This record gives sequence, C-alpha cells and structure tokens, in this order.
Amino acid sequence: MSYYFTIIGTKDNPLFEHEFGTSKQGGDGVARFREEARHMNQFIAHASLDIVEEVQWASGQMYLKLLDRFPPATYISAFITANNVKFLLLTCPSDSAPSRSSITSAASARSSSYPSSATYNPTAPATEEAVKSFFYEVYDAWLKTLMSPFYHINTPIGSPVFRGRVAAAAKKYL
Amino acid sequence: MSGPPPPPNKLPPNVIQQQRQQAAAPPARPTPPASGLRYPTNKKTIYDRNLHRSKGAELSRAAFAYLFVEMISYAQKRVTGIADLEKRLNTQGYPLGLKLLDLLLSRQSSSSSSSTASLRPTRILALLQFITTTLWRHLFGRPADALERSATEKELYMVTDNEPLVNTYISVPKEMSQLNCAAYVAGIVEGVCDAAGFATEGVSAHSVGVEEQGDGDGGGGGGGGGGMWPGKTIFLIRFRPEVMEREEILGRGG
Repeated sequence: MSYYFTIIGTKDNPLFEHEFGTSKQGGDGVARFREEARHMNQFIAHASLDIVEEVQWASGQMYLKLLDRFPPATYISAFITANNVKFLLLTCPSDSAPSRSSITSAASARSSSYPSSATYNPTAPATEEAVKSFFYEVYDAWLKTLMSPFYHINTPIGSPVFRGRVAAAAKKYL
Repeated sequence: MSGPPPPPNKLPPNVIQQQRQQAAAPPARPTPPASGLRYPTNKKTIYDRNLHRSKGAELSRAAFAYLFVEMISYAQKRVTGIADLEKRLNTQGYPLGLKLLDLLLSRQSSSSSSSTASLRPTRILALLQFITTTLWRHLFGRPADALERSATEKELYMVTDNEPLVNTYISVPKEMSQLNCAAYVAGIVEGVCDAAGFATEGVSAHSVGVEEQGDGDGGGGGGGGGGMWPGKTIFLIRFRPEVMEREEILGRGG
C-alpha cells in the first residue's frame, strides 16, 4: 500500500506533503506510486476539499473518517483541526501490484489483523482506528509547530523534525 | 525478480551505489549542520516539549505589565490617532488567538478524558462559551463576567469583563479617554473567531464604566455596576452575515 499525506492550509494552500508506504506486514515503508499517479494524487486530494467543506459543519469531530474514493482504488481520509487546517491521507492499495500474489496467501491466514493490499477495506474499524491514531499523532506535532513563535499560520512547514515525526507516526500506525 | 538473487555476502548494486553516495555526501556538502535547523544547546526542539504541561507556566503579573507597556509604547510610536493605536494593538493580539484555539481545545480533551476528543466549535454559542470560559481562564485565570446578545442587532454579541487584567496598571490620560488598551484582548478574541471559521466584522473593546458614572442612573443596576467597576470593558463581537446565515441553517437542521 502506498500513502500520500498532505496538510492543506485555510486558504486551500498546501503546507506539507509526504509520501510513504505501509510498514505493516513486511512493508518497507516506501511509496510505490506510478510516475503518472503522483501528480494525480495532489489533484485528487484537492478535489476532496469540497467534501470536507460540506461535512465540516455537520459535527464538531476533527476526524472525518473515509471521505472520498476515486476509482479504481484510491481512498481519502481527512482530519480537520479547529483552525480549519486540513490533513488529507490518500491511500492507494493497488499500486503494490507485484507483491500482491505473494501477500494473498498470507492474508487469508491472518486476515483479522491487518487488511492486505488485495483485501483492503477502508471502512474496517481497525483501519479507521489506525488512521485516526496517525492523524492525532500528526496533530500533536502540528500543534507544536504552531506553538513556535516563528511559525506563522498558513506558511509551509519546512522543519525536518516535523517530517521525522510524521514518518515515525506513519511507521507506527500504517 | 528476473535476474538471479545476489550472493548473500554482496549487496545489490543499487545499495552499494547509495552507500557510495552517502559516503561522498559529507565532503560535497560544506557544512551539514547548517541545513536550516539549529538545535538548542540542550538538544531539545519544540517538538520534544510537552504540550499539556501548564502547571507553573503562569507569567508573573509584573513581567506581563512591563512587557505590555512596552508593546503599547512601541505601537504608539507609529500611529496617528487613537483608532490607529487600537488597531495596532488588535493586530498584535490577533495571531495569538489563531494559535490559542487549537492548543486550548487539545488541552481540554486531554484534561477531561483522554477517550473523547474535543469537538471543534461549530455553533456561535459553543464558540462564545469557549471564549468566555476556556480562553479567559487561560489568559486571566477566571471566566469573563458576562456574555450577552444584542436585542436589536442579532449579529452582535457582547462579552463583559469588569476588570480587565491588561488595564490594571494603565492609566489613560484625559485627552485619550477614548483609548482602551484591552483592544489587545479584542485582537485575541478576533483571532479565535476567525480561526474557527466565524469571520467577524471586527472585535472592539469599549470602556463603559466612566460613561455610566457620568449618567448617574443609567438603567437599573447597570449604573451601580459601572460605579463599582470603573474599568468595566465590553468586547463587541460582530459576526459577518454569512456566518449568521450558516448559523440559521445549522439551527434549522438540528
């Protein structure tokens, strides 16, 4: 599975981007997007902002769960902070095609623990919980960024420490 | 994999290449630590600090008063009139509000119960309650004294503070009697409202104590209150029409 994570500011401007792969089930944590998929990721993520705006006033929840899907197999989960800064996580289970045949046999054996790329179910409670934990960990790091007196809201986050925190959270939960 | 697997004691060629690159990197880059990030001497960045530790974080009043006076005189050097000065104080407080909103919400959730995450304020009342209790308590150690809605103008809300901390050590000269330095606090409130998605036409601070004293009996108990609280300040929050429109729709929905 490959993930694309982005933070979008209040003026729909991107503040941070990070690509990574799954670290569960022997994944090596490297994103395997096809070359032409990478700019599409940004496009798909931004397209889902409309849905964020639709649902953000319906409840005060920060974690908006699975928000959008883009055929054939791209899923977008979202998180919105009180400041209206959006975290979007784009999940692409199908792009790890070469390894699929090797995983399907393992997946039937332990399908209860983590969905493999072949049987990925974005609304499974375990998946949602993992994404939620990931978002909250990033939210924590983002808050600390915000607390820096030298950081102004809606400016890109360039700190390598922040990137390290996001990568660590990704490794831990996804 | 198409080719034969590499011998176990030899690394695949691309890994070796990577290692070579890494080995070659330090001389190529003249100063590796100067990549933009400088660590403090204790090696602790802002990311290593605890967000929720608020015990012992209070600032002494003397230090605040000193700093605030300097802020005012800094702002005063570059302005033409009182309205301009208040505008500047407002601008100084504004970014603080933007940042405090998320911090206080996350602290709320961690202190009450870790399982239930705090909700973003989506309604005006929830937002104003957050301002008058949580925000006020964080800034001044007590909740605000009153929260009212204007009877004639629906988009106008009033937060009352009988004795604003920021004005405690400030005596305004007679010729500047219009000035209220709580404009700084108004800026913070405006920042919170804006950040939460409740755009305002502006938040302003007004002193009422002096005027009510002049009136003598200005409407029942209100006149007496003005006498008891000479520094009584009202913060006027005027929301934009689109915010009121949304509020109406949300009110109908649930």
